[in-house]
Amino acid sequence: MAREIPYIAAVNEAIAQEMARDDTVVFYGQDVAPSDEDPLVKSFGRDRVRVSPISETAEIGMAVGLALAGYRPIVELLMAEFMLVAMNQVTNEAPRLRYMSGGQVKVPLVLKAGYGFTAGWAGQHTGSIYTMFAGVPGLKVVLPSTPADAKGLMAAAVRDDNPVVYLMHYLLVLEHGDVPEGEHVVPIGEAAIRRPGNDVTIVATGWTVGKALQAAEALAAEGVDAEVIDPRSLQPLDMPAILSSVEKTGHLVLADQATRHASAASIIAAEVAEHGFGYLKAPIKLVTALDATIPYSEPMEAFVLPDEHKIAGAVREVLGTASAVA
Amino acid sequence: MVERETALDLLRTMWRIRCFEERVATLHHRLQVHGLVHLSIGSEGVAAGVCRRLRDDDAVYSGHRAHGHALAKGAPMDRVMAELMGRSAGLCQGLGGSMHLVDTQHGLMGATGVVGGNLPMAAGDALAARLRGEDRVTVVFFGDGAVQAGHFNETVNLAALWELPLIFVCENNGMAEFTPRSAHTKVARVIDVVAPYDFERRLIEGSDVGAVWTAFGEYLEQARSGTGPFLLECSTHRRSGHYEGDQQSYRDALADAEWAQLDPIARLEARGKDEGWLDDEAAAGLTAHADAEVDAAVRFARDSPPLSADDAAALVYAT
Amino acid sequence: MTGEITYVKAINAALAEAMRDDGRVIVIGEDVAEGGPYLATEGLADEFGSERVRNTPISEGAVCGIAVGAAQAGLRPVVEIMFIDFITLALDQLVNQAAKAHFMSGGQLSVPMVLRTQGGAGGRAGAQHSQSLEAWLTHIPGLKVVMPATAADAAGLLRAAIADPNPVVFVENKSLYFRREPVPETPEPIELGRASVLRRGGDVTIVALSRLVGEAMAAAERLAADGIEAEIIDPRTLVPLDLDTIAASVRRTGRAVVAHEAVRTGGFGAELAAELQAAAFDYLDAPIQRVGAPFTPVPLSPPLEDGYRPQSDDVYAAARHAVQWADVEEPVPLSDTGRSRGE
Repeated sequence: MAREIPYIAAVNEAIAQEMARDDTVVFYGQDVAPSDEDPLVKSFGRDRVRVSPISETAEIGMAVGLALAGYRPIVELLMAEFMLVAMNQVTNEAPRLRYMSGGQVKVPLVLKAGYGFTAGWAGQHTGSIYTMFAGVPGLKVVLPSTPADAKGLMAAAVRDDNPVVYLMHYLLVLEHGDVPEGEHVVPIGEAAIRRPGNDVTIVATGWTVGKALQAAEALAAEGVDAEVIDPRSLQPLDMPAILSSVEKTGHLVLADQATRHASAASIIAAEVAEHGFGYLKAPIKLVTALDATIPYSEPMEAFVLPDEHKIAGAVREVLGTASAVA
Repeated sequence: MVERETALDLLRTMWRIRCFEERVATLHHRLQVHGLVHLSIGSEGVAAGVCRRLRDDDAVYSGHRAHGHALAKGAPMDRVMAELMGRSAGLCQGLGGSMHLVDTQHGLMGATGVVGGNLPMAAGDALAARLRGEDRVTVVFFGDGAVQAGHFNETVNLAALWELPLIFVCENNGMAEFTPRSAHTKVARVIDVVAPYDFERRLIEGSDVGAVWTAFGEYLEQARSGTGPFLLECSTHRRSGHYEGDQQSYRDALADAEWAQLDPIARLEARGKDEGWLDDEAAAGLTAHADAEVDAAVRFARDSPPLSADDAAALVYAT
Repeated sequence: MTGEITYVKAINAALAEAMRDDGRVIVIGEDVAEGGPYLATEGLADEFGSERVRNTPISEGAVCGIAVGAAQAGLRPVVEIMFIDFITLALDQLVNQAAKAHFMSGGQLSVPMVLRTQGGAGGRAGAQHSQSLEAWLTHIPGLKVVMPATAADAAGLLRAAIADPNPVVFVENKSLYFRREPVPETPEPIELGRASVLRRGGDVTIVALSRLVGEAMAAAERLAADGIEAEIIDPRTLVPLDLDTIAASVRRTGRAVVAHEAVRTGGFGAELAAELQAAAFDYLDAPIQRVGAPFTPVPLSPPLEDGYRPQSDDVYAAARHAVQWADVEEPVPLSDTGRSRGE
């Protein structure tokens, strides 16, 4: 049975269900359940639900040690950017140990952080830096865009035997949506087609999925039938789903909240430009944040970020180019 | 004071490490052992005195200078050698190498090439032992250079705050890579760095393997009963350079007489002869035995092929 | 007037020259007063003293942060991080502080610092001392990223990097350090953001970074023997990127290969391919080929590492593939995409 709950409640439900299912799951981090009245603390006790000091390196490093010793830790990191303080643990230790040990160990670990909040959080608390994790062999990266996926991908991340960077979008946490009750696992690495269409493929992640759907509605009124794909995870990346869509539509627009240079959109564009070369009827357009630190001022922030109008504009450009060439 | 049998075991362990590493240096010159290789000649006493106390289920986290810790903890020498030579029969199938030795069967949970990167992971392992109510203990080895890295403070704080059964073992050889400790910090002794946290700590001579054995044993017993953390700071001398190939232009060679005072093997042998449980013949026998084991390890490694690229690629993610 | 010196000696000379010219330039890092493991800073402490050539503890985060503060206060620090792998310990200072200070302060602050580091595999140094992490840094607005492939470029670009008012990450390559090459006696600064065309050709454009430049030149010789003329371009700086020069070449040749040592997934080649497919869409006769390492950590075992590192053979094969594309009916099977590599 599904019922409507907010994205954040879906995340928490998944954590509680996984902790109940598997007593090796532990959850700690800054400001996690500071009160003993917190439902997680009441259900699972202080041993499994801990507040830690502001010590990202030690928090993540300890989680790696716990994972090596057979636990499945979830570390709350609040902001994706705070992982930059501990990148040695995130990239040199956690994802490499399995390979460097010749397969002797595994590191089942979830690094949970928020990203993408705008509305004045400015330069150091908004960054969409997921591409920095997606390029690290050994890490997996998931970006849920709906409440159901927020639950299902958290369950999958906890059950995965690898370090998974789980990035929840701060602008989506209060969005409501249908979420299955009970066990709900979304396999990591499978894209979702959010809207089928035949004229152009729009690939969007996180918060830009909603923007892409709004753009698709506006385009439908103009007689343009857009397909919207949400990869849901960047590593592994469901390239077959994207390529088969592009084979059908011949046109691709990529929406990405991250800054343009070396973004996740670049990775997808390069793959499609190479493996879908014969399908493309027009150049791929990338709709991303401008290459700037996120500004504090509201109008400046809107200027820098992608939105539904920019996505729809890119689609018109791509299709217009196509007709000119034809 | 250590028992005769224990003393002989410690001596045997130190000779195994010494002969192994001397051969590694030769093989490195001949380009048969590869990459960044850091020898622990001069600090075998710490590896032996600590690791010979431990059970297989006690975890050791080590750093870039890990050969001695691995051998003393029970990692088979032939597989350590095969790892250093990049072969599929190596501990890590040739994918890790000298700086990244892992042997989960013997509780060697990881060695890191990034100074201090192992500290928080060891604390995590100790937390796991605490959560499960196990009586096993976690030991983390690090050099004095790591103390100035940020991870050290974060980890010491958490380990003290959560009272984890973790024993910090600092091998203070007075050199952080290529420069002396005095160029890195005003605080000469690591035990003084952690003083405000007020857990048990002690500075001993790492070249006195009996002292290491005894002091570590006291901490181990307490940690087994669930208390912690502890810091055992062992002063040692790094006989070799920071890495093999280091010209060491930054320091003068030690006189032989000085080295004899700092060499844990020479010290224990002298004591054994004084106390009458060792003679020249028995000492030569230990060395010859260790050398023969090294010979066999090299033969074992040479017979092993490297891993295939496909097999290596399959180890990036656990399935 | 030119002489022959090594890449690392060219860096050393450029540092000395910059320190002589400008009293604000200081050099800080682990063991820099002794010259460091590759002797890039050899002799600087003797000439300029220990106030301006400062050894630091093993504290990458603090050292990088100190450089940011010193730069904001008007010095021109050159920090050495011994291996690019250790930049992971300093990313907060570099990404959250250095890169953003000018923008977030509305232009009040500037951070004229250079972070020198070196990357690349081939040293049998395993997975934590061999990486190529430059793509990370190109994703951060506010940072400039320089990757010289020759001794002369290393000297000239380092002079420009030190003179630049922004934080510049200067990525050297350990495999290049001891090659002897001609350099000008007194190297002039080379403007950041200008690609270098090392070889002219009309059949295929090969864009190569750092060590791969030499590999691409070797591949071009083999291609020439096959009757294929390759144009070789070294961007030299990834940010700012001289896309005009590269795109003009691709429009002319209709075929492009991008070659670097970093892993393909998320490597800078993906960024170049994304730009080029748009800038030269109507001119491309074949898909843009990318040469990079497989999506695994760097293995220690020598035969595995040799197989892991992209070589001239890989560049040659990619160029041949691009040139012969018209004969290939079907797109390349998906076995080579990021997804299958990730599983």
